[in-house]
Amino acid sequence: MTMLAAPAENADLMNRATIKGRSLWDDARRRLLANRAAMTGAVVLGLLILIALFGPLFWPHEYKTLYRDRTAIGPTLEHLHILGTDIYGRDMVARLMMGLQVSLAVGAVATLVSLVIGVAWGAIAGFAGGRVDQVMMRLVDILYAMPFIFFVILVTIVFGRSIFLIFLAIGAVEWMTMARIVRGQTLALKQKEFVEAARAAGVKPLGIVLRHIVPNLLGPVVVYVTLTMPVVILQESFLSFIGLGVNEPLTSLGRLISDGQRELSSSPWLLFGPAALMVVTLLSLNFIGDGLRDALDPKER
Amino acid sequence: MSDTVNASPLARTIARIPWGFAARRLIAAIPTMLAIVTIAFFMMRAAPGNPYSTERRLTPEVEANLKASLGLDKPLFQQYLDYVGNVVQGDLGPSMRNKDKTVSELIGDGLPVSLTIGAFSITIAIFAGVGLGMVAAVRQNSPTDYSVMGLAMLGISIPTFVTGPMLSLIFGVWLGWVAAGGLDLGRMTFETLILPIITLALPQIAIISRLTRASMIEVLRSNYIRTARARGLPERKILLRHAAPAAILPVVSYLGPATVGIVTGSVVVERVFGLPGVGQSFIDGALTRDYPRVMGVVILYGGLIILFNLIADILYALLDPKVRYE
Repeated sequence: MTMLAAPAENADLMNRATIKGRSLWDDARRRLLANRAAMTGAVVLGLLILIALFGPLFWPHEYKTLYRDRTAIGPTLEHLHILGTDIYGRDMVARLMMGLQVSLAVGAVATLVSLVIGVAWGAIAGFAGGRVDQVMMRLVDILYAMPFIFFVILVTIVFGRSIFLIFLAIGAVEWMTMARIVRGQTLALKQKEFVEAARAAGVKPLGIVLRHIVPNLLGPVVVYVTLTMPVVILQESFLSFIGLGVNEPLTSLGRLISDGQRELSSSPWLLFGPAALMVVTLLSLNFIGDGLRDALDPKER
Repeated sequence: MSDTVNASPLARTIARIPWGFAARRLIAAIPTMLAIVTIAFFMMRAAPGNPYSTERRLTPEVEANLKASLGLDKPLFQQYLDYVGNVVQGDLGPSMRNKDKTVSELIGDGLPVSLTIGAFSITIAIFAGVGLGMVAAVRQNSPTDYSVMGLAMLGISIPTFVTGPMLSLIFGVWLGWVAAGGLDLGRMTFETLILPIITLALPQIAIISRLTRASMIEVLRSNYIRTARARGLPERKILLRHAAPAAILPVVSYLGPATVGIVTGSVVVERVFGLPGVGQSFIDGALTRDYPRVMGVVILYGGLIILFNLIADILYALLDPKVRYE
C-alpha cells in the first residue's frame, strides 16, 4: 500500500527514512512481549500442550488401566500414584493428561469450526451489504437469542454421543460473535482505497474478500479466537459435567471434575487435580487473549 | 433521584417506556420462539427408534393404541401443528418417563427453586459487579484496581462446576457452616440456598465488574464529566449522578447474555447441590431420553432469554437519552 502524502510530510518522511518503520504488528509484538501476564499465560499453555501431547508417552501408567487392588488411594509415591487413583483404581496423573488432551483438542477444533463459519458469514454479509447483509445479520440476531448449549445437548441425546459430533456442535454454535465482529470490520475495510483499487483492477468480489478483506481481519479475529477457546472448553466441560460429554474410558477435564465431585467428602484429591488443571488452562488462555487485545487494540488501554 | 418535582420518579420513568418499541420487539420475538419450538420438535422426531417401545415388547395392537392416544399416528405436520398449539396454551405434553405427570407439571415443580436462586444471584451479581467495577475505575491502576481485576479474572476462569464443589467442600463438609447439598422439596432455607446463589453469582460478578470498569473509565474521561468537575460539583455527585448512569449501559446490554449464563449455571449448580429445580429436571430428562421434558425446558429457557433481552433493550432505551426508537 503506497501513501500519497502532502509535500511537507513527504520531506519529513524522507528525513526519517533511515529509521526503521514500525508496523502495527511490530508494535503489537512489542506490547505483547512486555505484558507479563500474557507471556506467563503463553508459557504455561505451551507447557500444558506439551504435557498433554507427550506426557502419556513417558508416564508409567495408562489412563485406562484398572488397578483393582489400589482403588481411591490418596496421593502417594508408592507405584508413583503422585495424585492418587480414582474409585476404579486408575492413575489420576494419566487420567488428567488424557482429560487435558481432550479438552485442549475440543478447544482447538471447535474454535476452528467457529472461526471458519464466523469469518465466512461475517465477511460475506459485510462485503455484500444491503439486503443480503440485513437478512444474514437478522438471522444471527435470532440465533443469538437461542439457548444454544441446550441444542447441543439435544443433538447429543438424539444422535448419540460421539466426540466428533460434540466438537462440531459446539463449534457450530459459537460462531455468531465472530460473525458480528468480522462484519463490522469488513464494513469499515471495504471503504478503504486498496479495495477500491482492487475493484478498479477488475478483481472479482470473492477474490477481494479472500485476498484483501480476510487478511486484514487478522487482528480482531486472532483476539477473538483466543477468547473463544476457553469458552468452548467450558462448554464441553459443561456437557461432560452433566454426564453428556465424552464416553468412558475417554475423559475430559469436565468429566473428571464431575467424577471427583461425587467423591468429594471421601477422596477430595479426585476433585483438586482436575479443578486446578482446568483453572490454570482457562486462566492462561484468558490472559493471552486479554494481552493480545491490549496489544492489537491500543485504544483499549 | 431527579430534581424536577411534579410527578414521582417512578411515574416519569414509566411514562418514558417506549411502548411501541416494546410491542414491536415482542412481536419480533414470536418467530424466534417459533424457531425454537420447531427445531426442538423436529429434532425430537429425528431421534432414532420409537421411544415407547424401549422397555417392554408391546403387541402391535397395544402399540397402535398407545400411538393413537399420543397422536403419533397422525401425519407429521399435523403432529407439529398440534404441538405448537399445545405449547401456546402452556401444555408441553406428557412426560415419557414420569407417567403420572405432564411436562408442564414437572417443570412447575422445579420453578420455585430455580427462580429463587436465579433471581437472587442476578441481583447480587449486578450490585456487587457494578460496585466493584466503579471502585476499580475510580482508583484506576491502584492496588485496589489490580486486586479487583485479578479477582475478576479468577472469577471468569473458574467455572461454576469447580466453585460449586469447592465451596460445598469448604463450607459444607469441612467447616459445617451450611448445608453441603440437598434440599427437601418445599423447604428453601438460607442454609441450603446460600452456596448455590453465591456459586451462580460469582462469574457474573466478575464479568459485570470488568464491563463496568471499562465503561466507567471511558465515561470519566469524557467532556461532560470534565464540565461537571469544572463546575465544582462534589465528587460523589459527579460519580453517582453523572457518570454512573452512562457507565452502566454496557451492563444493561449484558443482561441478555447474563440470563444465558445464569440459566446454564443453574443447571450445574442444581446438580452440584442436589436442588430439585428445572435444571435438575432437565438433566434427568436428558439422561433418561425423556424428549418432551427436554424440549419443554429448552422452550422455557428460550422464552426466558428472549424476555430478558427484551427487558434489557427497554431499560437501555430508558437510560440512554441518545437512543430513539420511534
